[in-house]
Amino acid sequence: MKAKHQRLVLICIALVGLVAAGLIAAYALRDQASYFYTPGDIAEKGVEPGQAIRLGGMVQKGSIKKQADGVTIDFIVEDGKGTVPVRFTGITPDLFVEGSGVVAEGRMNASGQFVADNLLAKHDENYVPREMRDMTKADVKKLGGTVQQP
Amino acid sequence: MIAEIALAILWLAAALAVLQLGLGSYALTARGAEFLRAVRPIAVVQGLLVAVAFALLIVLFLRTDLSVKLVAANSHSLKPLIYKIAGAWGNHEGSMLLWVTVMGLAGGFVALLERRLNERTMVATLAGQAFVSLGFYAFMLFSSNPFERLNPAPVEGNGLNPLLQDPGLAFHPPTLYIGYVGLSIAFSFAVGALITRDVGPAFARAMRPWVMGAWIFLTLGITAGSWWAYYELGWGGWWFWDPVENASLMPWLAATALLHSVSVLATRNALKAWTVMLAVVAFSMSMVGTFLVRSGILTSVHAFAVDPERGSFILTLLAIYIGGALALFGLRASTVTEGAKFHLFSREGSLVMNNVLLVGILGIVLMGTLYPLVTEAFGTKVSVGPPYFNPVSAIFVFPMLVIMAAGPLMRWRQDNGRKLANLLAVPALVAAGTLALVVVFGGDIGVLPLLGLVFAAGLAVASVLPLWKRNLRRTPAHIWGMVIAHLGIAVALAGMASESAFNTEKLVASEIGQSHTVGPWTIELQGVRPIAGANWTALEARLVARYGDSNVQTVLNPQARMFASPPTATSEAALLTRWNGQLYAVLGEEGDDGRWQLRLWWKPFVPLIWYGGLLVGLGGVLSLVGRTARDLRRKGEPELEPASEPAAPKPAAGGQEALA
Repeated sequence: MKAKHQRLVLICIALVGLVAAGLIAAYALRDQASYFYTPGDIAEKGVEPGQAIRLGGMVQKGSIKKQADGVTIDFIVEDGKGTVPVRFTGITPDLFVEGSGVVAEGRMNASGQFVADNLLAKHDENYVPREMRDMTKADVKKLGGTVQQP
Repeated sequence: MIAEIALAILWLAAALAVLQLGLGSYALTARGAEFLRAVRPIAVVQGLLVAVAFALLIVLFLRTDLSVKLVAANSHSLKPLIYKIAGAWGNHEGSMLLWVTVMGLAGGFVALLERRLNERTMVATLAGQAFVSLGFYAFMLFSSNPFERLNPAPVEGNGLNPLLQDPGLAFHPPTLYIGYVGLSIAFSFAVGALITRDVGPAFARAMRPWVMGAWIFLTLGITAGSWWAYYELGWGGWWFWDPVENASLMPWLAATALLHSVSVLATRNALKAWTVMLAVVAFSMSMVGTFLVRSGILTSVHAFAVDPERGSFILTLLAIYIGGALALFGLRASTVTEGAKFHLFSREGSLVMNNVLLVGILGIVLMGTLYPLVTEAFGTKVSVGPPYFNPVSAIFVFPMLVIMAAGPLMRWRQDNGRKLANLLAVPALVAAGTLALVVVFGGDIGVLPLLGLVFAAGLAVASVLPLWKRNLRRTPAHIWGMVIAHLGIAVALAGMASESAFNTEKLVASEIGQSHTVGPWTIELQGVRPIAGANWTALEARLVARYGDSNVQTVLNPQARMFASPPTATSEAALLTRWNGQLYAVLGEEGDDGRWQLRLWWKPFVPLIWYGGLLVGLGGVLSLVGRTARDLRRKGEPELEPASEPAAPKPAAGGQEALA
């Protein structure tokens, strides 16, 4: 094998490796990316129960209800166009409060409740989940929120 | 006064960078040869000046000079000393200053210490380094001046994000930064060698210690960052595939590939174009990472600057530097001569394969990180998390581990496979034994953790086999370095796999005096009391833990902290480490009925993740120190292998020498 040929072989190996990585990644991304929904989206389009999604909106005032086990809460997420009941078992994030923005990771169950594995709330008073930034200040105010737009 | 002096010094350093670029470029022309000697001193002075400017910024933070905008926005007079210092780089402007400081110092050190490289290539390298620095100088001086004054000065500063008020922060970002930005010098070396058509072993030997140094810092920085996320966020996880974590992982993957290929080039005179390409990719990944973090297009604790203007500035720099380097590569690739020949079934071949696999993983992580940005541009919001990253990267990681086990045992140029098969029988048996043990006793732990444990066991054995039948006292330090680094990967992998396989978790609302079991532990909540720290108040639980039947009681104190400025709550997990794992306790809120939320984890062998990371870093240090010492001993002797000669310094028997 001449040196030139060797270089060619190496380039081919590298290309095959990279293209394979790219194809696998592209294929997996279509399946594994979890989509972001607002309550309005869900009311409008609906979501397959069991599919991993992220739900974002405002925590409705007066909706947080602690369950008897002491670690489960039910609350309602709203965006002015719809509402979704959410159940979460775990320690709520610091500063998770009614009237503030929240993004919940999880899935809808068969009875129309969103079961959250994880809540992403504000880390500090300036933090807004990226998905929430499109909500206008007016929307937020209407819902009684205090989200500061960056 | 200090701020004005520092700003003047910064301008002066930027002016020197212009000079370094201009004079360096002129010196490379036919008429300018007499200026070749002037470039090194300029680079040294530039490095010194920018370091002084950075030191002055730290002084401003130490004195809490609130008339400086940056200090007022990010510091507070009541902050503990160490966070006053760390506050200097815990923000956008300061971190950009740290960036140019590291670039300046890297250039200065190379100019001062590196004597093996052809002087013209050296000058081209320094000019390249100045060219890259200038973009960041311009960025800082025109759009994010760290020394801007505030008039009138406020009475008190804003404070620092409490999540970042942690000893980890004092160590983690600068470490990562040195690694990130240290890769710039590898980039400049590559550009320099392309310009002077000097891609060869001498260039690789000159570049290798700097790549190794940057890689060590990256390794330690990522390890520290993972540890920080693990105990500070209180979520019990050690890696979240957060874009910012990915931003540090991607340069590491590229640098790891570069590190290995630069060694092949240095000792075997092969993989020339590939090495240059990887150097460009590695620093590109640093810049992509910086863009992702600094542009604020991603949500993260780490993103300080939510400012589109800054994002587009970095993106422009990225396009100029990467595009320029790739164009230069395209123009000069044909002048890079072919390297020494080797058979695919050889040490070189295994390194090529692993390089490809590493770059494949890099591609997978990059695509997963950028995908949400791309879809958002088309109006769909998605997030990509562990369900994508874990299995998809595993497709490339496990083959890589196999090659990693075999590669160091193979001969250079061509291996006949017989000795290799005998040697690899041992790790294969160990892996099979682990598989049997885990399947029988481990229960259903999932495919990836199972594979992880099996491969970790096999790799751990295989990684020490290069020492087999060697005289351990005479084994060079860089061989030890390779062995320890590869062993570290196995150790970390074992930790990661057992964390996902054997983790047990309990979430309860506990009354005072109530006991709970998690894994082998019995934990009693004895009480919760308020306490106060320097700039926070907290509720602190007293938990008493007993392991198994033992009577030894250990107290854990998880806290829920409230910081006054800015008002923020954080939860401080309590950790209890045993040789076989870690108990992790988090305190939640008090319910209306007086019960306290507690989250308890028993994580068998989880500390192995960070011990492994430290071992990898230690391996790098050994290799770097060993090689540098050897170079110093050989100083003054003539070059071992002239660059023109297709190097085959020692016949295949000397194969162990090259890589670490």
